[in-house]
This record gives sequence, structure tokens and C-alpha cells, in this order.
Amino acid sequence: MKKHDYILQTRGIHKSYRMGATEVKVLKGVNLAVEEGEFVAIVGSSGSGKSTLLHILGGLDKPGRGAVSFEGRDLSRFSAGELNRFRNKAVGFVFQFYHLLDELSVLENVFLPTMVSKSVIGWLGYRRQARRRARELLVQLGLSDRANHKPYQLSGGERQRVAIGRALMNAPRLLLADEPTGNLDSATGNGILDSLEELNKAGQTVVMVTHDERIAQRARRTITLADGKIT
Amino acid sequence: MHWAQSVLALRSRMYKIILAIRYLIRCRITYFAVLAVALCVWIVVIVMTVMTGLVGGYKLKNHKFVGDCVVGTKSLVGFAYYEDFIKMLEDTDYVEGVSPVIKSYALAGQPGTGQDIRLEMIGVDPARHSQATGFAETLHYHVDDVSKVFEPREDGGLSGCVIGIDRILERDSNGRYTAGPYPADIEVAVSCFPLTSRGALVKATTGLVNTKTFYYSDHSRTGLARVDSSVIYLPFEQAQLLCGMGGVPKRVNAIHIKFKPGVRLQEGCQDVSSLWRMFKQAKTDESQSYLLDAVTVQSWRVHRRMFIAAMEKEQAMLTVMFGFVGITTVFIVFVVFYMIVSHKRKDIGILKSVGVSNANIVQLFSGFAFLIGVLGSSIGTVAGWLFLLKINRIETFLFERFGFQLWDRVIFFIGDIPNEVEFKVLAVIVLSAIGACLLGALVPSLQAASLRPAETLQVGQL
Repeated sequence: MKKHDYILQTRGIHKSYRMGATEVKVLKGVNLAVEEGEFVAIVGSSGSGKSTLLHILGGLDKPGRGAVSFEGRDLSRFSAGELNRFRNKAVGFVFQFYHLLDELSVLENVFLPTMVSKSVIGWLGYRRQARRRARELLVQLGLSDRANHKPYQLSGGERQRVAIGRALMNAPRLLLADEPTGNLDSATGNGILDSLEELNKAGQTVVMVTHDERIAQRARRTITLADGKIT
Repeated sequence: MHWAQSVLALRSRMYKIILAIRYLIRCRITYFAVLAVALCVWIVVIVMTVMTGLVGGYKLKNHKFVGDCVVGTKSLVGFAYYEDFIKMLEDTDYVEGVSPVIKSYALAGQPGTGQDIRLEMIGVDPARHSQATGFAETLHYHVDDVSKVFEPREDGGLSGCVIGIDRILERDSNGRYTAGPYPADIEVAVSCFPLTSRGALVKATTGLVNTKTFYYSDHSRTGLARVDSSVIYLPFEQAQLLCGMGGVPKRVNAIHIKFKPGVRLQEGCQDVSSLWRMFKQAKTDESQSYLLDAVTVQSWRVHRRMFIAAMEKEQAMLTVMFGFVGITTVFIVFVVFYMIVSHKRKDIGILKSVGVSNANIVQLFSGFAFLIGVLGSSIGTVAGWLFLLKINRIETFLFERFGFQLWDRVIFFIGDIPNEVEFKVLAVIVLSAIGACLLGALVPSLQAASLRPAETLQVGQL
């Protein structure tokens, strides 16, 4: 018996930004629900608020109104510490521009979320295990020979795979991908989508936002966001 | 224990250490911050070491000149019954040396020349005075046999005198004096106005002063400009007679005291004060007891405060000035960190997206600032120490090559430039530098922590 009906659910999400004297309403009452193991694509044109919605789903931003529930728990009721733990353990982010730390090697970027969650002493005890897990992910993503490279030494596709590795490091229950192929050529982009599909087949819940209908079709379910609302 | 564990183990995160080190290595702009801190520490270490050395040396010279404690009066009349009080002091377990001293002003000059100059006359028993002060160390010819310092070489039966070095020898541009193997054959006629116990001139009716001829038997170098250029030491009894203090009861102007090792200055002076009060009480009914009212008991610091305070004030002013240098460093670090934080907005967003807390962001940048402080102050300290090690050689080189001297030795009573780095001073400078870095990085760190991750990550997507 499932503990919760949905892994992720939003109710009436509103979000607006102030640009000078003008208030720009980005989201105008978004309701959506994602079941565990789903691969959902949120598709919308540029400026439709899909990235904002993804950030709100992942606890990187707060809605102006409305609520986001993760496994039945309201994110707005999380303390700062709980929200940090949520971002560290429960969700993994993949961004359009990869967002890797240039100061760290590929391997270090991948195990960064684990390192963040451990104390120095805890890390020293867990380091081998974390490195093993990061190496396994790199092998899985076809980057085993790039472990000691720096992100700026990699191609765009390789960097995005490193970002996926980092997102998966702590085995999150939810993977959020923001235009994961938006900065890649079509062949490389397809490779990334293949990886996401494979992960989903293995049981990973994936929510991806994209402006490209063809890419959205790779997901099992598509939600369209237009004018700040789900249509 | 649990608290300590949480601080040491739970609060620290490995990524902060790794990232702080990598930022330090990879962000070239931080080199400027390190350089600013290093330069600041370098100059402060040098200036504070030299200044602390000068002030410390000056205090030590003053301390040696007067001993630990002085029981005395400013009046030239002096006070009586000193021998009884000396006996009391010698019976205590905290006094090591006691020296009665005659202090007055005298006119001195070579007989027949008519060119008298005003000097400060100090009458001492050389052996006793050396037990209470550093008198013996200041001598040139009798440093090993101070008891014979007032015996001229030609005729031990005559009365010798010790003259402040700057009254008898010339100082060259290196601050050195050239003394012959024996004291030169110089006669000095010393004239004093003898005073009665009421402060009147003893020979007021005749208008004569007491005059006696002494023979230069040694010179004294205390390193104190005013002393070395104006002092003449005479044998105690003869000085007492010259000043009219040799009657009944005999008088002196001061008693200099040295405490035994381990006796704290303040406690020792308090004990002497208590003893003096008892002594004064006991002498209430004696003749000339009124002279005892003007007597004070002072530690060497208080006794010489007029001279020391000026130096200390200069040191304080210098410290304030270098405080401004520190403020400049804080500003430089602030600017550098402001630029780094602006440059690292994306990294902050990334770190927050993987669950890093605001406090950890502050700690990361504070750790970064700490590393800059440690590295900068280490470089500055080593560079400062090396410079100080060679400072006298550098000055000699500059003087010989370009005629430049930090202090003109003909004018200033400074030998070598003090270059002994004091650990306490160094620790204060290094900790202040690290503190300045942390302070300079505080606002940008807090600003970094307050950045909304969505906003910083969004920026990259524009």
C-alpha cells in the first residue's frame, strides 16, 4: 500500500516578480500532481514560468501563494534545515547550463551532495564509499575516463552528464531537469534524454521542463504551461 | 562533550575546506588581498618591533637608572634620619639593595677657565648604588671594580668624579664614542649652594658657595640623553658636605631601593610605603621631622613617568596610525570579497541547490577570508622578520652608500635599531590581521548567504 497518492503535488501556486513599478505575474494558480515513478514533461514557451515552477517544486524558491507537497508534506512548513536536507537528499537538479563548480574535478562535482551532508569526520569515514558510488555513476554515464578532469575541460554533453551524476549521487526520489538539452546539439541532447529515460525505467521519478514539444514527447506525460497556468 | 562533538564534527564540512583552498589558489584577485595583508603585516611588524624595542629599551634604562623604588623628596633640602630608615629596610626580607643619594644642581667647570656649566649633581656610595641600581654597568673604566670609581688613576687620595658621557666625549655619526685607555687628566671644580634644613643658604651672609675640585675618574653611559649630558656623580660624603647636608642630623634627597628577585614591584612599593608611614610616625617628635612630610614612596615607573609617558604616548599614537593601516586592509579585503562574491553568485546557487545552508555559505567565505589572513600574515611576518634581522646592516649600507640614517646618531641616543621580535606583539599583529580579513569578508559573506538560489541560477540562464 502506498503511503502517499502523489510524490509531488501543487495547489494553486502563484508567483509574481516586481520589475520596477510593474508586478509581473509568472504563475497564476498552478495545480499539478506527479506520481512516483513518472516521467513528466512540463512544456511551455520561453517566459511561461516553467523554470520558476521547477525551482518552486525543488524548494529553491517559494511561491507567493499556494502550496507544494512532497510525499504529503507541505514544503512551506519545512524549517530552513529541513529544506536544506530536502534539497540535498530528496531532489536532484539538472540545469540547462549544467552549473558545475569549476574548482572541483568531475568526480568531486559528482560526490559534492554527499560531501555537503557529511561532517569532516563523517566524510573521512564515508569517503571511499562516496567515491565508489560517484565512479559507478560516471561509468553508467560513460564518463569513467573523465573523473579527474575539470568541468571546463569537458564538452557540453559531458558536462550535462556530470550534472546528472551529481543529481543522482544521493539517490533522490525526485529528479528535476530544467531544459537539460537546451544547450546541446540534437545528438548529444538525445543521449541525455536516453539517460533520463533509462533512469525512469529503473524507477526514478523525473520532472523535466522544456520549450521543445519533440523533447517533451520523450516523457510519459506532458503538461503544458501557458500564461502561468496548466492548460 | 556532545557540544564539542557537534562543533568539531557536525558543524565542519569538508567541501568548505576544499572550496576555500581552491578559491584561494584559483581566484587571482585573492592574490591582491593576500598581498595587501602581507604588506600591512610586514610594515606593522617592523614598525611595532622597532617602536616596542625603543620604548622597552628606554624603560629598562630608566629602571636601571633609579632601581625598583625611590623614597625621596623633590626638595633640594632633603630629609633626615635616612640611616634609621635604611636600617629598617635592610632588616626586611624583600630588599636587596639600598642606596642613599644626594641630588642637587651644581656649577662645574675647569678651574680658572671661568666657563661653568650647570649640571645635575648626584652623590652616591658607588658600591651601594650599584647594588640598588645599574650604576656599575654604565661605567667605562671601573665596571669591574666600582668601589674605586672615585679614585683618580694618578692619585687615589684625591677625589674623583664620574661625568655623564656626553659631557666628556664626542659622539661620531655612528653613535660611537672613542674613549682612551685611561681617563684623561681633567680637573672639575664643582660649586654648590649649601642649604639649611629650612631651605636658606648656609652662607647667605658671605655670599659664597661651596666649591671643591674633583678629578675625572670615569664616565657614565646610561643611554638616557638627559642624564648622560647633564650628570656628574660625586662621592656621597663630599656631595653631602657640598650641599650642606652633612650636619646633625645628616640629610639626603632620596633612597633608591632594589627588591629581591620574585618581589612584585607594586607589592614591594606598598610594603616600603607602610614601612615609611611607621618610620615617620616614630620620628614625629624628632627635630627636622617636618622634612619627612614631603617624602614620597614611588615605583621607578612613577618616579620616571614624566620621561616614560612621552615615549608611551608616541607609541600609542603610532599604534593608532597603524590602526588606520589596518582599516585600509579591511577595506581592501572587503572590496576583493565583494568582487569574489559577485563573481561566485552561480557557485552559491549551485551549493544551495545541493542543500548547503546560509550559515555554511557564510562559513565558506569566512574560511576563505581566514586563509587569506593566515597566508598574508605568514608572508608578512616572515618578510618582516627577515627585514628586521638585517635592518641594521641595511641601515649601515644605506648610510655608507647614500648617507641616509633612520636616526642621526649625533642627535639621537640610539645605538642599533631594536630588531628583537616580541612574540606577544607578533601574536597581536597576526590575530588582528586575521580578524581584519574576517571583518572585511563578513558583509560580502552575509550578502552571499542571503542570495536566493533561484535568482543566482536564473542569472546564468539569461
